[in-house]
Amino acid sequence: MRGAAPYAAEFAFDGMVYAALVFSTIAKGRIVAIDTSAAESAPGFVHVMSHYNAPRMKPMMPWASSEKAAGNDALPIMQDDRIRWNGQPIAVVLAETQEQADYAASLVRATCEAEPATTSFAQAKANGTETAMLGGQPVHIEIGDAEAALATAAVSVDATFHTPYQNHNAIEPHAVTVAWHGDELEVHDASQSVAHNAWSLATMLGIDEHQVHVTSPYVGGAFGGKFMGTHQVLAAAASRLAGRPVRLALSRAGVYRLVGGRALTEQRLAIGAARDGRFVALIHTGTSTHIPGSPHPELAQFVSYSSYATDTLKIDLQWAYLDMVANAAMRAPGEAVGSFALESAVDEVAVALGMDPIELRIRNEPATDPLSGLPFSSRNIVKAWRAGAKRFGWERRNPTPRAVREGDWLIGMGCGAGSHMYAREPGGSARLTLAGDGTVEVAIAAHDAGMGTATVQTQIIAEQLALRPEQIELRLADSALPGLVPGVGSSQTTTAAATTVAAKHEVVAELLKLVRGDSPLAGLTADDVTPRDGGLAKIDDPGRHESYASILTRAGRDELTIDASGGNPTESEQYSMYSYGAMFCEVRVNAITGETRVSRLLGSMDCGRVMNARTAAGQFRGGMIMAMGLALTEETLYDERTARIMNPSLAEYHIPVHADVPKIDVIWTGIPDPHAPLGARGIGELSMNGTAAAIANAIYNATGKRVRQLPITLDKLL
Amino acid sequence: MKPFTYARAGDVAEALRAGAAPGAKYIGGGTNLVDLMRETIEQPTALVDVTGLSSDIKRLRGGGLLIGAAVRNTELATHREVRTQSPVLSRAVVAGASGQIRNMATVGGNMLQRTRCAYFYDAGGSRCNKRNPGQGCDAIEGFNRTHAILGASSACVATHPSDMCVALAALDAVVHLDGPGGARKVPLTELHRLPGDHPEVETVLDRSELITAVELPPLPWARRSTYRKVRDRASYAFALVSVAAALDVRGGEVRNVRIALGGVAHKPWRAHEAETALIGGPATTRAFRAAAEAELMAAKPLHDNGFKIELATRTITAVLSELAGGTR
Repeated sequence: MRGAAPYAAEFAFDGMVYAALVFSTIAKGRIVAIDTSAAESAPGFVHVMSHYNAPRMKPMMPWASSEKAAGNDALPIMQDDRIRWNGQPIAVVLAETQEQADYAASLVRATCEAEPATTSFAQAKANGTETAMLGGQPVHIEIGDAEAALATAAVSVDATFHTPYQNHNAIEPHAVTVAWHGDELEVHDASQSVAHNAWSLATMLGIDEHQVHVTSPYVGGAFGGKFMGTHQVLAAAASRLAGRPVRLALSRAGVYRLVGGRALTEQRLAIGAARDGRFVALIHTGTSTHIPGSPHPELAQFVSYSSYATDTLKIDLQWAYLDMVANAAMRAPGEAVGSFALESAVDEVAVALGMDPIELRIRNEPATDPLSGLPFSSRNIVKAWRAGAKRFGWERRNPTPRAVREGDWLIGMGCGAGSHMYAREPGGSARLTLAGDGTVEVAIAAHDAGMGTATVQTQIIAEQLALRPEQIELRLADSALPGLVPGVGSSQTTTAAATTVAAKHEVVAELLKLVRGDSPLAGLTADDVTPRDGGLAKIDDPGRHESYASILTRAGRDELTIDASGGNPTESEQYSMYSYGAMFCEVRVNAITGETRVSRLLGSMDCGRVMNARTAAGQFRGGMIMAMGLALTEETLYDERTARIMNPSLAEYHIPVHADVPKIDVIWTGIPDPHAPLGARGIGELSMNGTAAAIANAIYNATGKRVRQLPITLDKLL
Repeated sequence: MKPFTYARAGDVAEALRAGAAPGAKYIGGGTNLVDLMRETIEQPTALVDVTGLSSDIKRLRGGGLLIGAAVRNTELATHREVRTQSPVLSRAVVAGASGQIRNMATVGGNMLQRTRCAYFYDAGGSRCNKRNPGQGCDAIEGFNRTHAILGASSACVATHPSDMCVALAALDAVVHLDGPGGARKVPLTELHRLPGDHPEVETVLDRSELITAVELPPLPWARRSTYRKVRDRASYAFALVSVAAALDVRGGEVRNVRIALGGVAHKPWRAHEAETALIGGPATTRAFRAAAEAELMAAKPLHDNGFKIELATRTITAVLSELAGGTR
């Protein structure tokens, strides 16, 4: 460890200046005046940008509005006097040092005229909600008459669950360093979408896409929060205005003000079951907070689309509109909070039936996708449940709540199921250059935000081409590289794996064209050979082998370059494809104070083939820790009177600290998916799902208290 | 932050001279002051670094300890005599902040920490009588789950964040001050003020008065003492409720007791009512609970923090029971 990895806020340019933001302190209204005179006489002041002098720019383009759009809203940035949320940047102050910029920014005085705003969830609902849209379709599904089936079911649970606003807290706050070279813009970003951001910046600034070069070689955590944002645009615009390179690093509070997180949800979860446990009705409806133009639905209900067989199904999501910062994708968006509600309700049904909650889940395993009717590509969650239960010691669980006690501590066990849909984005491609010395350079516009993408991709390429990892040089996260790979953590591995497989086929085909008549491989076709020991060999006669170096040298070639694409993800049209997790938790709840301590966690995963045990286990553990935060401690204190976020700091927004986290056990079925490239389905978000419910269900088992509102802080257990 | 000058004081006299300048402020470890300067809540024009002054822990004749104001929190918590004679103090310090912060923070600075009320911290966007006297308080009708239940006023419901001070309050600690008007001593329990109409005035310190040391008088039976901090996560969170207590029980009777509460008031809250109720009575869980209830009779809950009354009652009861040797 040398600390030499360059992060976005560590790139430096000659003449660079530092930016600090001034934020609005009202939720809605207009800026009447901005007095910058005091700021302008502060030491080191260089320039100030506001809507009065900002370059004219197009508004942000939200996700999916076009191929490379990756914004969280559709709002103009510093183009008018409108204030649209509390915390909106209204001025950018540039100075010679960060401290000078921060101080000068603190001297800017804005006069604003407030207008009535919708800042509370109750008011937003009272204003009237709208049915949420996903892919142009309203989120409303009915199979049979679920309400009628619920009303006549032998056993039923009908409950309302609440989950709070949450904010992104990657260890590296968002940052960008930019420089203009004439009309060319160089951007060092902390991003999970470099190609998108290059296109977005170009479009908004009115230049050509190829005039913007975005790199992001190292990212200190992204989790869905580091796509295209407001700050990159402000930095580029301010830099153009001042004629100086600019570094804009958001403060921790700045991240809270500019980058949304999970939306607030209110969910109704109702399940009707027959005496034998079979579900006759599943109703998952509710309301999520939203702003117009936001591309992120916080679709909690998605988890109920295909988790369980049920006679009838009802799904509905309403959006309640507030004047606030747009929500963002946040690790397992929708699913994380939806699985809390669904898997808590399933536990309640198990209690009502007097049935083991694992057996109840297994009893409701669907044979085919309940919604689409498609066959599952590979679904082995029952195996995961059985293996997990055995390893966790589930048979030692006492199903009676509040029955196990050690001193002041009540002990309980709980479980919950998680799933995450397989996704492979179309259009992923890679450029592979095989050099005369037999080494390979692979360029791919993918990102490593700490998940181990670089390690795993190197390993996959090495395996595919029968090379050693040190013979491979991987280039990532550079918008000049080929391949539009969205930074969606969970789909990236699979997308890149598909391109790697395609690349291997092309390399073999191209090399065979170069093979000379006296080669051991002469006369063989692509079907006959496979990569082996740094070259090609006949599959059934490995002695017939020639190294890549030899093939190229004897053909008089310095190198061989191929561009490969993974092709369209047709597998998703033919199969219902999900990864699964059976999550187990043991908690200790203090009978006196209500403090909860998670004492054991186990994830038993069914995620297709695991590419790298170490990085996979790391991702699973990370997701489970983040889910501990969801279940127990994390909540954005969003003051409903003012729409102001009141705890924008790591001291007051409680993510789990080391002392909260127990040893976490992770196992997997290891069963490759026959319909996914290399058998892998993606794992980044999976363990976020089901874990919060496992914790809540363990708390119920420990205390007899069913808490349906997150986070489960100690006051709810007193 | 606003530009400022910085100077290290070589002795108390030099510190007092520099500290008398308008806009001057003393700085210890800076673990709170620098944050507040970044937020522009504090805007000193001169910082006088007093970490070079007394950083010794001395044994006093007749027992007791004199702890220099510049002693780092880590040093205090790990000091052999503190750990054995006053475990409550060692445990309270270790319950606060993080290892890195404790390595920097000083005893004097710890006492002068300012509240963690979110509205106090939100200099640009919220009203606060502590920051801007007379402006109003956004906490009273806002998020106040962590706020005071005892001794608050209609002007301020903030709490004092220190763990160390709660233990010092229980131990009858005496704060040594020096200033333009000469040296004086103030009991720790009288150092901090209740908010009243002037929450901006947090201590009885005169302007430019300097904390030089804190004295622990001999309290031999405080060997049986402890600190219990209840919070929202296992570490690195401020107390919702904390209890510092020392108990002297002989023959099932409470001979002497000290109880102080954290997280419930604008100052470390010495529980005199509970102490009075207990001394001379039986050391039973029932008596502990009754004493705790007596102390909390005066509690006034806000919208979000009513749970603290029951939580404090239970925690006091549990801590005293533990000190009494597991009495049920």
